[in-house]
Amino acid sequence: MLFTSLPFVLFVAVLVVVYYAFVPHNERWGLLLIASLAFYFFADPKYLIFISVTALTAYIFAILTEDYNSKRKAYLKEHKAEWDADYKKRYKTVTTRVTRLLLFFALLICLGIIAVTKYTNFVIETINSMRSEPLSFVNVIVPMGISFYTFQTVSYSIDVARGTVKAQRNFWKFLLFVSFFPQLVQGPISRYGDLSQTLYEPKNFDFRGVSYGFLRILWGYFKKLVVADRLVIALKTLTGSPDEYKGAFVFVVMMLYAAQLYCDFTGGIDITIGIAQMLGITVKENFDLPYFSKNIKEYWNRWHITMGTWFTDYIFYPLSVSPTMLKLSKWSRQHLGNEVGKRVTVYISCFAVWLATGIWHGAAWHFVVWGLMNFVVIMASQELEPLYAKFHGKFSFKGRHWYSAFEILRTFLLMSSLKLFDCYRNVGLTFKMFGSMFTTFNIGKVFGGSLLELGLTRGDYMVAFLAIIAVFLVSLYKYLRGVNLREFLFDKYPLFVLSCVVLFLCIVVFGAYGTGFDASQFIYNQF
Amino acid sequence: MKKITNNDNLIKLYYIGFALLGVAAAAVGIWYLQKLLVPKYQRGVVEGSMIAEYYQSEEPHEVLFLGDCEVYENISTVALYRDYGISSYIRGSAQQLTWQSYYLLEDTLRYETPDVVVFNVLALKYGEPQSESYNRMTLDGMAWSLTKWNAIEASMTEDEHVIDYVFPILRYHSRWSELTATDREYVFDRDRVTVNGYYMRTDVMPEAGFPDPTPLTDYTLPETSMEYLSRIVELCRENNIELVLIKAPTLYPHWYEQWDEQVRAFADRNNVPYINYIYLRDDIGLDMSTDTYDAGLHLNLSGAEKFADYIGDYLVSHYNLTDFRSVPEVASMWENDIVFYDQLRDAQNAELAEYGQLQSWGANAIEN
Repeated sequence: MLFTSLPFVLFVAVLVVVYYAFVPHNERWGLLLIASLAFYFFADPKYLIFISVTALTAYIFAILTEDYNSKRKAYLKEHKAEWDADYKKRYKTVTTRVTRLLLFFALLICLGIIAVTKYTNFVIETINSMRSEPLSFVNVIVPMGISFYTFQTVSYSIDVARGTVKAQRNFWKFLLFVSFFPQLVQGPISRYGDLSQTLYEPKNFDFRGVSYGFLRILWGYFKKLVVADRLVIALKTLTGSPDEYKGAFVFVVMMLYAAQLYCDFTGGIDITIGIAQMLGITVKENFDLPYFSKNIKEYWNRWHITMGTWFTDYIFYPLSVSPTMLKLSKWSRQHLGNEVGKRVTVYISCFAVWLATGIWHGAAWHFVVWGLMNFVVIMASQELEPLYAKFHGKFSFKGRHWYSAFEILRTFLLMSSLKLFDCYRNVGLTFKMFGSMFTTFNIGKVFGGSLLELGLTRGDYMVAFLAIIAVFLVSLYKYLRGVNLREFLFDKYPLFVLSCVVLFLCIVVFGAYGTGFDASQFIYNQF
Repeated sequence: MKKITNNDNLIKLYYIGFALLGVAAAAVGIWYLQKLLVPKYQRGVVEGSMIAEYYQSEEPHEVLFLGDCEVYENISTVALYRDYGISSYIRGSAQQLTWQSYYLLEDTLRYETPDVVVFNVLALKYGEPQSESYNRMTLDGMAWSLTKWNAIEASMTEDEHVIDYVFPILRYHSRWSELTATDREYVFDRDRVTVNGYYMRTDVMPEAGFPDPTPLTDYTLPETSMEYLSRIVELCRENNIELVLIKAPTLYPHWYEQWDEQVRAFADRNNVPYINYIYLRDDIGLDMSTDTYDAGLHLNLSGAEKFADYIGDYLVSHYNLTDFRSVPEVASMWENDIVFYDQLRDAQNAELAEYGQLQSWGANAIEN
């Protein structure tokens, strides 16, 4: 059931009505679980096996870990007076190892499933590229949303082991956390500590929440169907014939893909959060005006936020403070000097994070290189920081509107150019196409009617352009005012209703769906 | 617990009132946009308007013709009335498949029961749904009922969805960029394009021979279409309707001898008359140098009147049909049809005289 399919819309509509009209408010989580499993079942019944095994593993090991931790704490408390400091320390060390071992097994199973299903063929492909006799690929299915729910279970297992969240003792409730259908397909990656706050609590009908959710769903569909799925037609043509479309066309690809990816991904998240909001559940925001970022670091704090924080909390920090890294830090400071030495561990941790980010995005080398390119750019900008500071000290541009606009544009162009890896899906080709922007001068060809040969009509471009302007203005409102436009609209309720009606009609008429359009999945479905 | 005040109720009413207003506005908006965006079939390709016109027809019909262009372009309903007093209607559309004819008969029976049903057999060669555009031209015009639903289910090609028939805007929404003056003109009303299902053409393009028929690997008529033919026989029997199977006198698309034998055998088995008018072209008096407008594929007005005269003679001599010319109520209705028929003929002749070809009908009238 695609998010953009009519059955899905009807599924959600029926669910919301049944949820509020027929199910007691403290049992609504049960209906959500049934709906989530049904959603997954309709996608492919086999997927249920994978998600159930992952959920059951995390569930059991979390309880074992928590029980063990409570027992050891109790035991320690009981014998506190009898043991000396050294014995206590040894006891802690040994028992922590047991906790870690439990966590290790939980992660081994959860990550093992994703490794086998998602990355086996990638490994085989890589090996084959180095061998004369190729290994045959294995026929494994990649369960929908596996990257998202695996990350959720991994963070849950770690949080329980750390003692920052309490293990869920009701398996069905836990299964709901793992399988909650709106976010199963493309995130956000929720943490148990956040989502459990609203997932299980009794919910009453909240008119404002339902209205916000409804408008947000419409806005998501608008972005997805009117912009993203329209632009994808031209993008497929442009990237499908790279020899024909180089030079200035690569810049067109950059711009179109930046708009398409943004509208596709944020559109999907809007639908996810909107559905959750209609059901009285708060899901973490995943975007915060990323294209208004003034530098790359800021960009990654605003784009796919839940993924970024996940990597920070579960890879970067643990790795940075691991005994090995601390030792390495000490060693490098001694041998390379304080300035260089203190950077070594940060760089290694950062490298690991971006390598993982690339791999997480997909089992392909272009994703790996894309991740590492982000690492290079971020590290370079960090290294150049003193130079910037010197420059800004000399010229007082910083803070001026035009300079802020320049910074935003610069970041946007830089990030858009990195996204080319995802467009061409081939590392060598991406570099070649990027280079052609500076060697092939064919801007006249771009505006000489070629754009109308990409599968889009003049009208399509006009609709996409106006829709992007609308998306930009709504974002600008939030950027300047700090609040969402829907809050302003809700206070002037007739305007809110009018917005819903206009959006609905625009989606139905201008949406790129049905015959003549290849209804595409959300880009992040594949992760 | 907070006490609910009148003010709270007013606020609730305010929100709910506007929400309902929004739902109503969206519904009206969709209704209007759907009307605007669906193809109107008023110029050039008019076949999509034919099926819906039936519901506007007021007179009773004792003879019902079912089939594709071999009936709606080849038989003049007005000639049948003028010459024999037969009140007839052609429920035909472009490439109308056998099951569509079956469901159109079922649909017609919801409104009236004709005495005679004449079914043209050419469509029996199709055993599977053929094309979405032809499907839409036949099915979109049908009034909603379980019959229409079943017709849709039976007719859909692989890429079609029943929901697109329920809400045609889902199929036609992308026409916003290709709306023509005709689309804007005919949002709410349509002009008549046929006279009781007969699509008139007065221009002439002589028959110039056809390519030799391609040999087929299998000449068996498809099971599906034959099954629906059986259902047509059954439905006619249940409603005491006389069924006549015909093959129109036009030669192309080719009607194979082997098909003819199968239909004849079927007709014999079911005790139903079957007349292949291809063999009777001379008796009908067809002169294909003057009686066709598209080189022999279809008859023009002259040919359609000759064929109507011939088939009308068969109908009145074999069935007990009313001469509606002597039934004032019905005759007055037919007089209106005749006026329209004559106006249509005169308008086409005027264009032929002025331009040498039709401008407002057929290929020249298709808007881009």
